[in-house]
Amino acid sequence: MEDLERLSREAEAAIEAAEDLRQLDDIRVRYLGKKGELTALLKSLGKLPADERPAAGQAINKAKGEVQSRIEARKADLENAEIEARLKRESVDVTLPGRGQGRGGLHPVTRTLQRIEGIFRQAGFEVADGPEIEDEFHNFEALNIPEHHPARAMHDTFFVRPGEVLRTHTSPVQIRAMKDSRPPLRIIAPGRVYRCDSDVTHTPMFHQVEGLLVDSNVSMSHLKGILTDFLRAFFEKDLAVRFRPSYFPFTEPSAEVDMECVICGGEGCRVCSGTGWLEVLGCGMVHPEVFRHVNIDAEQWRGYAFGMGVERLAMLRYGVDDLRLFFENDLRFLGQFA
Amino acid sequence: MRVSTNWLNEWVDHGLENQALADRLTMAGLEVDAIEGAAEDFSGVVVGEVISVEPHPNADKLNLCQVSDGNDTVPVVCGAPNVFKGMRAPFARVGAVLPGDFKIKKAKLRGEASQGMLCSAKELGLSEDAAGLMQLAGDAPVGTDLRDYLGLDDQIIEIDLTPNRGDCLGMIGVAREVGALTGKSVCRPPVGEVSQGGSEEIPVSVEDPADCPSYAGRVITGIDTRAESPVWLTERLRRAGLRPISPVVDVTNYVMLELGQPMHGFRLDAIQGGVTVRRGRQDEKITLLDEREVALDEDILVIADERGPIAMAGVMGGLGTAVEPDTEAVFLESACFSPTVIAGRARRFGLHTDASHRFERGVDPALQQRALDRATALIQSIAGGEAGPVTLAGSQPAEAAPIRLRRERLHAVLGFELEADQVTDMLQRLGLEVRADEAGWEAVPPSFRFDLAIEEDLIEEVVRIHGYDRVPVESLPSDVRPGEMPESRLALDQLRSLLVERGYQEAITYSFVPAETDRILSGGTEGQKLANPISQDLETMRTTLWSGLVGALRHNANRQQSRIRLFESGLRFIPQGSDIKQEPWVAGVAWGSAEPEQWDGRKRPVDFFDVKGDVEALLTAGGPRGLTFQADSHPALHPGQCARILVEGEKGGWIGRIHPQIADQLDVPADSYLFEIPLAVAAQGRLPAYRPVSRFPSVRRDLAFIVDESVPAAELVSAAREAAGEVLSEVRVFDVYQGKGVDSGRKSIALGLILQGSSRTLTDDDSDRVVQQVRELLETRLGATVRDQ
Ligand SMILES: [Zn+2]
Repeated sequence: MEDLERLSREAEAAIEAAEDLRQLDDIRVRYLGKKGELTALLKSLGKLPADERPAAGQAINKAKGEVQSRIEARKADLENAEIEARLKRESVDVTLPGRGQGRGGLHPVTRTLQRIEGIFRQAGFEVADGPEIEDEFHNFEALNIPEHHPARAMHDTFFVRPGEVLRTHTSPVQIRAMKDSRPPLRIIAPGRVYRCDSDVTHTPMFHQVEGLLVDSNVSMSHLKGILTDFLRAFFEKDLAVRFRPSYFPFTEPSAEVDMECVICGGEGCRVCSGTGWLEVLGCGMVHPEVFRHVNIDAEQWRGYAFGMGVERLAMLRYGVDDLRLFFENDLRFLGQFA
Repeated sequence: MRVSTNWLNEWVDHGLENQALADRLTMAGLEVDAIEGAAEDFSGVVVGEVISVEPHPNADKLNLCQVSDGNDTVPVVCGAPNVFKGMRAPFARVGAVLPGDFKIKKAKLRGEASQGMLCSAKELGLSEDAAGLMQLAGDAPVGTDLRDYLGLDDQIIEIDLTPNRGDCLGMIGVAREVGALTGKSVCRPPVGEVSQGGSEEIPVSVEDPADCPSYAGRVITGIDTRAESPVWLTERLRRAGLRPISPVVDVTNYVMLELGQPMHGFRLDAIQGGVTVRRGRQDEKITLLDEREVALDEDILVIADERGPIAMAGVMGGLGTAVEPDTEAVFLESACFSPTVIAGRARRFGLHTDASHRFERGVDPALQQRALDRATALIQSIAGGEAGPVTLAGSQPAEAAPIRLRRERLHAVLGFELEADQVTDMLQRLGLEVRADEAGWEAVPPSFRFDLAIEEDLIEEVVRIHGYDRVPVESLPSDVRPGEMPESRLALDQLRSLLVERGYQEAITYSFVPAETDRILSGGTEGQKLANPISQDLETMRTTLWSGLVGALRHNANRQQSRIRLFESGLRFIPQGSDIKQEPWVAGVAWGSAEPEQWDGRKRPVDFFDVKGDVEALLTAGGPRGLTFQADSHPALHPGQCARILVEGEKGGWIGRIHPQIADQLDVPADSYLFEIPLAVAAQGRLPAYRPVSRFPSVRRDLAFIVDESVPAAELVSAAREAAGEVLSEVRVFDVYQGKGVDSGRKSIALGLILQGSSRTLTDDDSDRVVQQVRELLETRLGATVRDQ
């Protein structure tokens, strides 16, 4: 029986000394395997007297059980240690920058256009477009701006070929839309427009959004409604909005729309020339002469139209103070709108 | 239009402070741009009299004057060349404060004492005219405070008039408007007494009354050429921005400011025979007041005497008949020219005059005689003279037609109801003759509201006077129908997002570009030039979006950017015969490192295949499609790195590295890559159609072929597809190799063939057979040999 004690002690020491799971498994085979040393003791029981056998068998089995549980405990320890080591090995510096292509960004004018389009889409408007080299009929005549009209002189038109101009506003898209489809109509027309003018506050190209609604029951009250709603949605602010009489040859009554200055909150500042108001939109009820040009019965249908400068809205929304930045395409500027 | 509030207040007692008045005008559509003082702040300036003038003993350009301020006479050193003995001029006494807080003190100038300063109009902030001392009238009361004498405690309201309100280009129009807005009565300006003693007259005639509905003329003789315009008149001119010249010219200008009727005075002795209003003739010329000779034609209306044109009607008089300081006899013209025959004519000759500005917008056709009388009376009161009879031509102005305003229409357009009496009252306040009935109103506009002709005009007037701010705010009628949403077309926004996610920044460049840049990048296409470009750099409509993008690339490359990826979408303008095709394209440029700088040291410059990957992604944004990149040549691109893109066999644009010589010419980096794709092609999507998924496992066979290095990989792939047929579900190019083990001039391309049966699992024999077919076709067609594995 001293063999049993010795073997138990040996096994115990070996288990403690095992450095990895493989060594531990070797130990298990050496003591507990089919040809293991403790197993061998059990096989030698037959050599003992019959009355000693049960006690000896019990003692050996107990020793085997102890070795087994020591192995298991040691195994669990080793496994934990191995996982620990692996986790350590596999850890990274999570503060290093992520890898990848990086992201570009939209031009602030596009961003603003998407915002404007999104708001009007919710109100059932569809986006329409038209050519940028436009004929004088669509750009002027059909909009009730005959040749020599003072309003034409105010447009600083770029001329292309006889009878053709670079569109000076997006309003000709109104005409195209009304010629292409019958009322009721709800369209907005975003796009590039051109004026032969270039200084601190003018660029020869800029963007406008034109809107047109033609239906049987439209009034000036609705026009006030949609534009007030639009401005408040666009600026996400319950702004004061006012409508002033103005003149556009293609609408009557016509109005200019001022909103409370977003810079000073209506107190008066440099941006609003101290008035507290910013002029942001032109609008009006579609002029019967315009309906006549597109063969829409002005008795049956009424409509409203409006137009806005996109750069101006972008400047007010994002606090840009120089119009020319929009067309320099400097990445340090553009990147701010990504 | 500059409106003196003192003047306005003489005519209408509106009871409003200036700011409130300005607000009321703005809210009625007469937008006030500014309110400013008639003069800047200054004090201690009086009417001074120059008693004597002697040259300064120590300075060539200075004079030593004795100046009286009414009480004392003091020495003043003066540098103005126009000073003379007896002159009356603004005199800033010691202690005076001029604009800009400039205090006048006793001084010594080059050794001579100077106690005060004689002033120019500019020094007092009265005008930009700094030519010399401001000469006051010879009878200006010496010692009077200049502000009192000139009535300078006045404010000017600057109104930005819309082109339809030509009636407000005279003080009377603004006064009427204020009267209508406030409900206060307006005094009509007095005409004054005309003493008609003369008998001389010039016969007048109008060739076509459509051009000139009304023409009134009168001769005035015996004008006192020494007379000076009174200060109240010259001050009103000055405040409107006009320079006083002589009584006749000043009065014609004044009547224009007062009544809005442009007038013209001709020197009587320069007119030969009668005066006719007619169209110019092809071979005629006239030298205008600004001393320019211009050629006339049928398009130009002229005033002519027997010898030829003496004025460009409604624009500018001729030099030959101009009134001069010694002119004693004049022929005064007060006419109404039709806007259609004046509009644009001044502009054609680079002119813009007070007269053309008014006639282009319209002048009251019933005003001519009244204005003529007013001018005659004023001239006579200032400079005497004998007035002859009025000679008239043109058609009598027809009574304006009544305009029907339907109550129902009014309310429908406005979206709210107004009391009938209110509407009647508003129209009457505006000067219309109104008859109300059950269904609405019949209204006849006054002659000065020639802009009113249709029902909408009246609706606008009513709501304008009522106040736009009192129109209710209502929501849209809510019968919104669902819009279209085509699945087989992508929105531009989706394509933009894709490029943004792949690292591209959107740019927006001008549609007009330098002609040379565009020609180079398009390979010689001549773009459409603008007739009136703003500069040479912006003269040609781009025929490729690259023309703008290379500018943006250069701008950023010159500003320390190490990685640039830009894209733009917009129209290209391609001349095609007599047409200009305007097509939306999307284009991009990439330069610098392939990826943003990384910490693990992997760094390589962007190459063809990075950009090709972006283009493939863009072209398959709407679903997988057959893309072919065909080696081809484009004048702007590197011949060895350039491909024409075909999408399902259709033209799909270009991709490539910029040609090194062109990069050099355009001053952009040579290792830049460009692509340009028609938007219609990129935006094509597809409607997915279900196909059953094969239930049988697939087999992969890898084969490396050795071919001539000139054989494109795409040809191997398409030959493999052709040889294998339907059973080949996919081909992958997984390796391209040149070098050791491969003969020079040859390359190895490894293909992975993915085979799959549609009705059964493929056996090894099946696969072997397919591989054999592929090998054979590639060998016979492309000279490919299989590389030993
Ligand atoms: Zn402000």
